[in-house]
Amino acid sequence: MRTRTNDLILQTITTVVAFIIILFSLSLFFAGHYNPGGGFVGGLMTSGAIVLLLLAYDIKTVASILPIDYKILIAVGLLFAVGTGAGALIFNVPFLTHAYDYFYLPLLGKTSLHTAVLFDTGVYLVVIGVTMTIIQTIGESE
Amino acid sequence: MNNLLILPILIPLLTAIVLMMLSKYVNAQRVLSAVSTVATIAASIVLIRKVSVNGIQTLNLSNWEAPFGITLVSDMLSALLVTTTSIITFVVILYSFKSIGRDRERFYYYPVVQFLLVGVNGAFTTGDIFNLFVFFEVMLMSSYVLLVLGGTKGQLRESIKYILVNIISSALFVITVAYLYSVVGTLNMADISMKISEVEQPAILTVIAILFLLVFGLKGAIFPLYFWLPGSYFAPPTPILALFGALLTKVGVYSIMRTYTLFFYHDTGYTHQILSVLAIITIVMGCIGALAYWDVKKIIIYNIIIAVGVILFGVSVMTPGSLEGSVYYIIHDMIIKSALFLLVGVMAFIVGTSDLKKMGGLIKDYPWLGWTFFVAALSLAGIPPLSGFIGKLLIVRGSFEGEAYVGAGIILASSLAVLYSVLKIFLNGIWGKPKEYKVTSKGNVNYLWFTSAILVGLAVCYGFGADVIRPLISQAAEVLVDPNIYIQAVLKE
Repeated sequence: MRTRTNDLILQTITTVVAFIIILFSLSLFFAGHYNPGGGFVGGLMTSGAIVLLLLAYDIKTVASILPIDYKILIAVGLLFAVGTGAGALIFNVPFLTHAYDYFYLPLLGKTSLHTAVLFDTGVYLVVIGVTMTIIQTIGESE
Repeated sequence: MNNLLILPILIPLLTAIVLMMLSKYVNAQRVLSAVSTVATIAASIVLIRKVSVNGIQTLNLSNWEAPFGITLVSDMLSALLVTTTSIITFVVILYSFKSIGRDRERFYYYPVVQFLLVGVNGAFTTGDIFNLFVFFEVMLMSSYVLLVLGGTKGQLRESIKYILVNIISSALFVITVAYLYSVVGTLNMADISMKISEVEQPAILTVIAILFLLVFGLKGAIFPLYFWLPGSYFAPPTPILALFGALLTKVGVYSIMRTYTLFFYHDTGYTHQILSVLAIITIVMGCIGALAYWDVKKIIIYNIIIAVGVILFGVSVMTPGSLEGSVYYIIHDMIIKSALFLLVGVMAFIVGTSDLKKMGGLIKDYPWLGWTFFVAALSLAGIPPLSGFIGKLLIVRGSFEGEAYVGAGIILASSLAVLYSVLKIFLNGIWGKPKEYKVTSKGNVNYLWFTSAILVGLAVCYGFGADVIRPLISQAAEVLVDPNIYIQAVLKE
């Protein structure tokens, strides 16, 4: 017999910690160009945060918090990555040629914006999508 | 810029992504995948035309100069193979409409087929050895999914074997590339070739050549590394089997062709001798298998192994004639193998089993199917006006020029075994005493027959139109004979 246990401590800590993990993963994601990090590890860490939510709550609750079909997320991520590469075709330069420039943004000041970030966004979304699809599929199957 | 040669990779990739979003709408998936594959064929035919007029086409991805970035290289050989691959995939997609079943179609069948096309076209087009590995993996992962899709008992059992073998060979591939990189310090294929000729292939590079033979031999099923193939290819349904039989082993064979003509042509006394001995034994083992079985699928599966041996023997002799023959034969074999798999698939669909002893007299109800199979069988064996003839003729003639008489003799003898094995199907399954079969819808059978007949027709045209195609084949073989053409096209010196 399984009795219903009280996960109050785990759930309370999760609500705080999950945000910290997600913030850290975003920091890793944006650091990728100049420091260790990037789309892959950022995506893994974000899905780590979602897995923590899955551990503290159950699949239904998490699905209602994040109503995302992760298989579609994989496709969207791929579309980002391939689209960034294919965008080069419009400008008549070889596939995957990237472009960057410096912009003055309010608050951030002089910032370099690079199309590689769009490609990395694709990687980030695909990694989250694949990890969550694997974990949810195994978790749901009886 | 010359972005044309990325299109046969990019179009299926984008299609696969869009199809992933449409997984619930089977009809939309069918239409979209057929239309986009037609676009892929069109792009690859334009590419052939461009290569034949302007010579080898290269594209430095991300605009990085040749040895530093990934270069895609489309010489005539790869352009021809890309076109053949796209055409076969198109026909198989048409065939799938009425044979693969809605359950599989709803579980990402069409996107995975498109990913397979991405992998195969990419492997044929790339000019970077590590990128070749990546495209191998794209192709293999799609093939794992296609093999297991549906989840019947046989499929699950064979998937485990297939995945195990391919993971080991992929790990070996990475190790071999690491060795090669530590010796020559570059990954660009043209640059590797130049560096190897500068040091004149010391013994360590011959070791690496043999390691490459092991890796690609495992993918391309040569003796003694073909043990996984008969079981794994027997498990999946017909259209998937046709894709595997036509494309997967040929990518391994193409890689051996590429590496043994572009990299390791300095010490042919050792490496090419081993290749030729293995190719001969491969032919003999394939013949034994093709003669031994009474199962239509098994017979054609062993014929794949024979063809791999024949093509590789042509490569190992390294005379201009035999290389030209190998190029001609690899394209012929891709077309005719997929046609034969689709045709025996129709027969097995009518009878309900692929056991030859339970078939008989199909010619009475399905005369067109019978005669199409007959033409395909003669074409496979290499009867003169049909497509198998010229490739084998060139290989045999090239072998005589290279004084490889034993191999040439065995290739000629193997044709008899091939002919006997397919005529066994014809005489017992299609001819002979009619048997009672459970009633199947004739419309379906006619549709399936018609799609496979497209490929048989193509094979017949390929044989009769040999004069028209010959200049293209010669141009493809030219690069294999003289690697400097390839190097100059890529590095532009």
